[in-house]
Amino acid sequence: MTTTTKSGTDLDLIAHLLRRAGFNPTWDELQEHAALGYDGAVDRLFNPGPADPMPSDVIRRYHPDQTITQIAPSSGSVWMYRMSTTKTPFEEKIALFWHRIFATGQTKLIQGKVMLTQIEMFRKYGLGSFRDLLIQLSQDPAMILWLDNQDNHKDNINENYGREILELFAMGVGNYTEEDIKECSRAFTGWTIANMPYMSIRMRNNTLRPYGYVAWQYKFDPEDHDDGEKTFLGETGNFNGEDVIDIICKNPATPAFIARHIYHHFVADELPVPQWPFEGPKDPAAIQLMVDAYFANDYSIGAMLRAMFESDIFKSEEKRHARIKSPAELIVGTLRMAGGFDWPTQEIFKATAACGYMGQSLLAPVSVEGWMGGDDWISTGSMVQRINFASDTVGDHNKKGIRQIVDRVAERHPEGNVDPEELLDDLLELAGAIHVESDTLAGIVTYASQQGGIDPRTEDGAAKIASILQLIVSTREYQLV
Amino acid sequence: MAEQREKVLVVVQLSGGNDYLNCIVPWEDPRYQDSRAAVRITEEEVIPLDNGLGLNPGMAAFKDLYDEGKVAIIHGIGYPTPSRSHFRSMDIWHTATPDRVGEQGWLGQAIRQMDPNGSNVVTAVNFGNALPRALAAPGVPVASVGDLDDYGLLTGMAGAAQREQALSAFSRIYTPGVGSGMVMDYLGQTGLDALKGADILKQAPAMYESTVEYPDTPIAKSLKGVAQVHMADLGTRVFYTVSGGWDTHTNEVALQRHLWEEVSTGLRAFFQDLEEHDLGPEVTVLVFSEFGRRVKDNGNGTDHGSGGVSFVIGDQVKGGHYSEYPSLDVGRLIEGDLAYNFDFRGLYTDLLEDWLNLDAQEIVGGNFEKISPFAGAVA
Repeated sequence: MTTTTKSGTDLDLIAHLLRRAGFNPTWDELQEHAALGYDGAVDRLFNPGPADPMPSDVIRRYHPDQTITQIAPSSGSVWMYRMSTTKTPFEEKIALFWHRIFATGQTKLIQGKVMLTQIEMFRKYGLGSFRDLLIQLSQDPAMILWLDNQDNHKDNINENYGREILELFAMGVGNYTEEDIKECSRAFTGWTIANMPYMSIRMRNNTLRPYGYVAWQYKFDPEDHDDGEKTFLGETGNFNGEDVIDIICKNPATPAFIARHIYHHFVADELPVPQWPFEGPKDPAAIQLMVDAYFANDYSIGAMLRAMFESDIFKSEEKRHARIKSPAELIVGTLRMAGGFDWPTQEIFKATAACGYMGQSLLAPVSVEGWMGGDDWISTGSMVQRINFASDTVGDHNKKGIRQIVDRVAERHPEGNVDPEELLDDLLELAGAIHVESDTLAGIVTYASQQGGIDPRTEDGAAKIASILQLIVSTREYQLV
Repeated sequence: MAEQREKVLVVVQLSGGNDYLNCIVPWEDPRYQDSRAAVRITEEEVIPLDNGLGLNPGMAAFKDLYDEGKVAIIHGIGYPTPSRSHFRSMDIWHTATPDRVGEQGWLGQAIRQMDPNGSNVVTAVNFGNALPRALAAPGVPVASVGDLDDYGLLTGMAGAAQREQALSAFSRIYTPGVGSGMVMDYLGQTGLDALKGADILKQAPAMYESTVEYPDTPIAKSLKGVAQVHMADLGTRVFYTVSGGWDTHTNEVALQRHLWEEVSTGLRAFFQDLEEHDLGPEVTVLVFSEFGRRVKDNGNGTDHGSGGVSFVIGDQVKGGHYSEYPSLDVGRLIEGDLAYNFDFRGLYTDLLEDWLNLDAQEIVGGNFEKISPFAGAVA
């Protein structure tokens, strides 16, 4: 079943795009993008207006005692505010994408502030050249500390970062040797933290204090850099980190690896990453499409994504609802449906904590391997969390977003009492062109019928509509994106 | 009431790294006094035990359990090439695979051995909102309970009648249809398991009666939940609880004492409760932490170290000391940390084989020396 708007745009397709490139879309977002047509909507993603999220000074005025940027639940909450109030959700989806691959945890960094700086870096560089992004990443203080590159010395290398940039961040297992890891690590010696001893003391003294706080900073230390000759992936020279990144970026294994991640994150659930060396991609044509775009556009990640979104592969019916929502997608999409946040509130901590309970502690992944995704998100425990969080969030008909949905139902039905089947059609559409299978629809219609007459113009009717929305966001289909 | 029940394991995880030296304190040892110039349990504070060791002053209630002969202290527990990262080290304890990244939890695998078809969705119950990896294994259902009194699905529905109707709709729309695909089937099965688990567990608080007053702390609340579910006889064999906040880089002396007070008084109440209901003999508690802490203090706390202490507690446990306290000689330390001298996988083997009656070898990945803390077990 497809719903067609007056302009002839397939609304389900627009919703598919917006869900993947953002979160569950509101009715306004859907209308706005549908008016542009599909290609126009894609274009808008890459040329958005201002993000206009909840301003950070407002957040800090409300949460001074939470020392908001310093501890994990707090810094995660700052991001949660941003995701649920931004007007450019694609930017946040990109940040989530890189956070999943370049998984860094504040748990080892004593502070969350450097993690927020890293996320901001993803917003800024995440759609640009992969070369620039890798250089930013290699100079990112959070990453340096997370993978111990401050302990990677000229005369005593620490391979942690040198290994992971190849294995987890850029190429994947099987495309380099142990010797390449050593040489790569040598190239990154001297990429360190500025003023480490002083900063460590400062950090320790400041950990739990709200103000006067300084984040770790990057420094290149030429004294501690191994400038000697290195042989890396078959090339020889006195390589620095930038040179190594150049060699990584021109290797075809790199865009193929990133393309598979893009596919996994934006198109359809792939196998867990550790299985990739042994099992090829689900859709080699899709990977090739993105690899070609990468080389044709100076390693541009944005070009890869754009090629993907514009492809028939992405638009096909079978790619819709082909991914299990990550906790962040589920939570943010639901918060946006309910109207996001106008002002800071303690509710934010519930949302951030829930994300962790569902298995995705923002800014605190369990390990550098990030999150596997797919059905790894689903267990009996996480299902209870997912269903209860979503249904709690939409259950209050006085929330701005829910009220808007109710009002729109009322506009469509000036006569008052709404037939349950018609009501469900309206609600599914207004809540973001949500698709449910016919059995599910029948189950919810039965529930709606049990509620007696529903007049959207009344408080009672509004409450009943909210309770139907609670059931809609509790479905299996709502777990998918 | 005293019918024979299946044996039950309760895990108490101390997250953050319990400082071994200030938990089981070698208080008379000058090497301890020197290393812990600032972060020391003093002679006046320590609760003397035996063998020249004492307990953290927060462990008075724990001492009661020890005096009843219920507590096995397992010294110097750890694993080869220790990781000082919280998550990695916890991951190693959870998966029993120190040498590579393990995917399956040791208890998840144990539960699969007990109930291969996942026929009882409450064989394992976790108290806490996040599922620890120890319990995770493909196809193994685990109920994760934040608050037992308020546990269930769709708890945010406005009225009781509405919730009833919504739950009935829920079970209908989660029932896998024909040809809806693997992912939808998996979601359906998991959702229905969650629903069933909630239905079963919500009976427990209603059936529970006790004169024991638990302290008002998060860990005691979890342990009370364990007691309630265990007494309801729902077939739960593995319980998991977590006490957080043990990462005592700063303000250690006050912090660790406070945490041990919470855990000790919670455990004492739990065992009193079991005793009141004559259910003590079926229950064993494992208390562990991901690592111990650095021998030398940092002025106000201690940093991550290796070599720690675990406890096995229960009526059927032979109380006392197991393995040895690692040497505090500077020359015997490894990178400033205590050298572990007992592999935790040996303790897991004890628990799996001699308590839960399972095949341990494939779970822990080999043969490890056991300590045989159970009265009936053959050494």
